Amino acid sequence: MCKDCGCGQGGEVRIDGQMAAEGHHHFHGTEPAHHQHHHADHPGHDHSHAPDEADAPDRRTLAVHQSLLDKNDRLAERNRGYFQAKGLLTLNLLSSPGSGKTTLVQKTAEALRGILRLGVIVGDLATDNDAARLRQAGIPVAQITTGTVCHLEAEMVARALARLKVDELDLLVIENVGNLVCPASYDLGEHLRVVLLSVTEGEDKPLKYPPIFHSAQAAIVTKTDLAAPCAFDRQRALENLRRVSHHARIFELSARTGEGLDAWCGFLQEQKRKLAGRP
Amino acid sequence: MHEVGIMQEAILAAERQAKGRGATRIHRLKLRIGQLSGVVPESLEFAFEVVGRGTLAEGAILDIERVPAAFWCARCQREFECEDFLAECPGCQEPAFELRRGREMELSSLEIS
Repeated sequence: MCKDCGCGQGGEVRIDGQMAAEGHHHFHGTEPAHHQHHHADHPGHDHSHAPDEADAPDRRTLAVHQSLLDKNDRLAERNRGYFQAKGLLTLNLLSSPGSGKTTLVQKTAEALRGILRLGVIVGDLATDNDAARLRQAGIPVAQITTGTVCHLEAEMVARALARLKVDELDLLVIENVGNLVCPASYDLGEHLRVVLLSVTEGEDKPLKYPPIFHSAQAAIVTKTDLAAPCAFDRQRALENLRRVSHHARIFELSARTGEGLDAWCGFLQEQKRKLAGRP
Repeated sequence: MHEVGIMQEAILAAERQAKGRGATRIHRLKLRIGQLSGVVPESLEFAFEVVGRGTLAEGAILDIERVPAAFWCARCQREFECEDFLAECPGCQEPAFELRRGREMELSSLEIS
């Protein structure tokens, strides 16, 4: 699926189809250029690196205590400061593929038309289908195609922001790559993490993927119009959500029929007022 | 699941630290990985083999310290350990909200020369 997961190589991050100015930041210890550089630095080095005390008399311990997500976390904080300064309420929208993220974004934008101006950053491994769909609905959108990376990172979001007229927006939705695992670890600087659970996926998703559900401030059960044909056990799903996503406000809606969309849009307006410091 | 990327960050940080001290070899890397960090130590070890090649850390020993997850129960004013996100306070059997430890992903120390 992705090189982060250790399965597959290649692909580049693109924003609106253009190559990113600087590539994905991940460091590749096996790049030939790096190898050459290393050998040039240490001519004759045999690369055996046996952890042997005898050949390293000046061996010493160095305390580091550095978070491995330090770089992303710093960039996320920079994004957060930017969103705060602009008064731009920002959501990180997370779910497995096909839970209805794009449809929800489109219907939310349409329901809030004339009230809040919504812009979207959408991440996928490939294609700009989602962006095209949203653009057709008159919604400002920047597409990030991650190539093989299974999640969005703060730096990709910062670059995609340059593609949007941020001053003309009140609400930014970052539609993450469809994946319930990796995006949980990567802060994008958002105000709210929103996780979707569609009725077609089964009631136990929160139990199977707890980190992402645990980190959410809002959880939405989507496609409720399909609950009956899927024999969806609503009580059990809500119980599971409350067990794992206990900080989260829970919504149930069908973006297709519009049922339950009012409560969700009301919540966004309330959050927006809170951000602006108004009651 | 994203252990390769995490390991690359660890080696990058370790090399930066080592070179900053004039070191030419990294003998040992110690990581602290929280039980609920979403990162699997075995996958990190596998990733280390691959992404460590050609770096100052090639051939180094990788020590991974697991940090047990601990939650805080505000009602009972007590901390307790729990291995998953479905934490219930052993005192009051209520779900606990605050994860105090267990999400760590940290390069804690290096041995260099």
